[in-house]
Amino acid sequence: MRALVSLLSGAFFGAGLHVSGMTDTNRVRGFLDFAGAWDPTLAFVMGGAILPMVLAWRLTRGRQPLTGNAFPDRPSQEITRPLIIGSVLFGVGWGLVGLCPGPALASITYGGWQGALFLAAMLGGMWAVPPLRRALDTRSAGA
Amino acid sequence: MQMAWLYGLLGGLMIGTAGAILLLGAGRVMGASGIVGGLIDGTGQDRSSTIAFLVGLIGLPAVMTAAGWQVDTHATSQLWLLVLGGLAVGIGTRFANGCTSGHGVCGLSRLSLRGLVATLAYIGAGAATVTALRMGLGL
Repeated sequence: MRALVSLLSGAFFGAGLHVSGMTDTNRVRGFLDFAGAWDPTLAFVMGGAILPMVLAWRLTRGRQPLTGNAFPDRPSQEITRPLIIGSVLFGVGWGLVGLCPGPALASITYGGWQGALFLAAMLGGMWAVPPLRRALDTRSAGA
Repeated sequence: MQMAWLYGLLGGLMIGTAGAILLLGAGRVMGASGIVGGLIDGTGQDRSSTIAFLVGLIGLPAVMTAAGWQVDTHATSQLWLLVLGGLAVGIGTRFANGCTSGHGVCGLSRLSLRGLVATLAYIGAGAATVTALRMGLGL
């Protein structure tokens, strides 16, 4: 049942990315190009996506998920260095190519070798983070 | 495409619906980097649901493409951009614990301060990068 819910969610996510034009790197990079020929489409996508989610978060109050045990706890609101440095690094990569994790996956069947190479590098980067974190922790603990 | 904003809004509503289904149906936050990252580094839970999510995420756009709704990704063919970009997105999103869907869509919609800070940081860095590439290298 959880798998079925997840399949449905993934399908909506993929179709939404496809319909919205967010798998077209020109649109995404056009949004980021505030100083150039700015393309506002991404703002409509973000706004449109936030609306149902506002409702969904409201509906979680005093309820249980349809399947599974509990809703996720509200995470800490601490602004940490990894949050900022990681997000800046992500933004640089996003600007270089115009793909973020969702669209990189959603477009993999039609994105050609370029999409495949980007996704491979992205997954490689994700795979490298736990050992990288450990190395950084050891260094800061030793300092 | 004409009326790109309308398709954007419509697609956005679908993305938000996807997030609502996963949250209310499975109690899970729909963050693409967290879902795929957890599968890659083995920290994720509920592998079968994660795989089902990815099947839908990749499968439906493939079906839409086969049915004639084609999107050109217009991705660069510069090797260094693709490799550096992919690495930066992969490492950055895992350190930050989220990307456009997690911090952006799911975070902003619950008025998360972390989500807001992350979103401002990646949009700012992305804008600076696009501008620098265009002005510096003409890319």
